[in-house]
Amino acid sequence: MNEKHGQKGSITRRSFLNRLWAFLGIITVAEVAVLATRFFKPRKPVVDATAADAVITAGPVDNFEPGTVSAFVRGKFYLARLEDGGFLAMSRSCTHLSCTVPWVAKENRFICPCHSSEFAITGEVINPPAPRALDLYKVTIENDVLKVDTSQLERRSSFEASQVVYVKDA
Amino acid sequence: MSKHLHQRTHFRSFLLHFRPRAVPERTLRFTLTWGLGGMAMVLVLLLIATGLMLKFVYEPFPDRAYDSILYLNSQVPFGQLLRNIHWWSANALILVAFLHLLRVFYTGAFVAPRQLNWVIGLLLMAAVVLSNYTGYLLPWDQVAFWAITISTSMLDYLPGVGEGIKQWILGGAEAGPQTLVNFYAIHTAILPTLLLFALPFHFWRVRKAQGLVIPKTTNEDPQTKGEMVDSMPHLIMREVSMALLLCAIILLLAMFFNAPLTDQANPGLSPNPTKAPWYFMGIQELLMHFHPVFAILLIPLALLLGLLALPLIRYDAVTSGVWFASARGRRLVLVAMVLAMIFSIGGVLLDEYVLPAQMVGPPGFISTGLLPFGLILALAAGFYLLARKVLGANINEAVQALFTLLITAFVTLTLIGVWFRGTGMQLMWTG
Repeated sequence: MNEKHGQKGSITRRSFLNRLWAFLGIITVAEVAVLATRFFKPRKPVVDATAADAVITAGPVDNFEPGTVSAFVRGKFYLARLEDGGFLAMSRSCTHLSCTVPWVAKENRFICPCHSSEFAITGEVINPPAPRALDLYKVTIENDVLKVDTSQLERRSSFEASQVVYVKDA
Repeated sequence: MSKHLHQRTHFRSFLLHFRPRAVPERTLRFTLTWGLGGMAMVLVLLLIATGLMLKFVYEPFPDRAYDSILYLNSQVPFGQLLRNIHWWSANALILVAFLHLLRVFYTGAFVAPRQLNWVIGLLLMAAVVLSNYTGYLLPWDQVAFWAITISTSMLDYLPGVGEGIKQWILGGAEAGPQTLVNFYAIHTAILPTLLLFALPFHFWRVRKAQGLVIPKTTNEDPQTKGEMVDSMPHLIMREVSMALLLCAIILLLAMFFNAPLTDQANPGLSPNPTKAPWYFMGIQELLMHFHPVFAILLIPLALLLGLLALPLIRYDAVTSGVWFASARGRRLVLVAMVLAMIFSIGGVLLDEYVLPAQMVGPPGFISTGLLPFGLILALAAGFYLLARKVLGANINEAVQALFTLLITAFVTLTLIGVWFRGTGMQLMWTG
């Protein structure tokens, strides 16, 4: 007892070395923990977010009738042309739990097959449990040709007129 | 000594490394254990044996996984049977492990000196559920892909950390090749290794507690032990026959009912309805009624902490070995079961048909979270007080009744999800 711990309050060589071991042990565990979390970090997407193929050319404006929705499989988005001629590009993932939402033309709305959320052509929630309107992609129109940038999703709580992109009158 | 006899003695003494030389005769009664722990172990062995063989055929890549299952089913001799045995064993294991947990609880086998083993048992239960969940993705068919997409999307609702955890599990923003590799590694390496270390520990703790609880009637002296008998043949022959019987049942099921396989995963098309695997239906049902933070985090966490805390409570009496603690305990369990069924079915119907106003607009943290959760806590607390003050239960009986209340509610919700949810997750009555 006395040999091991020495006088109360004093540090013997043995207790010093024991503490040193414990300290080094903690450092080792911390290092391994950091390495492990780094190791499991999600891979970087193969497609660079800034790469050119993230921007998808949807086609000339006249290809899209007002009041219709076109699906783009490659970019995983919907291009909606509203009745007034404006465009919206929306993610096909339901904002509730990420199921893929089909456009049901007959009922003029998106209906999620998983938990029956419903969205209008503008992406606005008609029927919960979806908490937000469908996420947006950025649409640009150059020389009457539509381009959709799929590198960035824009979250929105509800539909606003300012989100719609129109062909600029020359 | 003849050579034959010599070998037999060796084999016996080898067996007795795993089992004590003698056991109390009373613990052999089938109505104490129902053979559940042993059955769980047999299922784990079946799963390891079939899983090791499946590893030689299965390819964990999204464009190959489904085809490798089709190849297994149609080209590999007994391939479909092998997969069926794995599937039936996995599903049976969840059920058997859950019943084992109930048995241990209701015979009072979770208090000292078995409190650590109760915790190890809960860890094993978690490993079993996670094994099933990670294995569910591997065929890369429609139900697998969407179950994993939906269940991981729930994490988005956890403030702050949720999205990070989701990306960590999926290995990216959405389910893809890295997800499959992650789940494959967890399913075939991490969890089996955990089981192989934790299971012997679980068994060793049984030995340390000097075997199972001794079954007793209510008025018997708690110290009663009864007569001892040799493990060989009394215990081991029982275990072997139980194991063979279970293997036969699994084999029959595997011969006549194929493990399900839906269409190949298609990220562009969600099937309708998209249901969770049956053992998660309870949580899915909670999700239909509660704010996601409550449904997938707070309520399951509260249940888990409650289960972990069970051995820590200071009980009035030692009731280990007495089913349901006492005659009053037995009556209270029945009362709790009936009440829980009425309240959970009533709650689901109320939320579905009477309170539609709540479901308009985004799920509210207070209206579909704090308020109903608080109400449930108040009901549970009220029930506990009722049992203690009015029905005269001691702590053992009241805690047991409360446990029964919550577990029955969860089982009821699971059954509602399995049998009464159809297209668009609407309630339906045709089954």
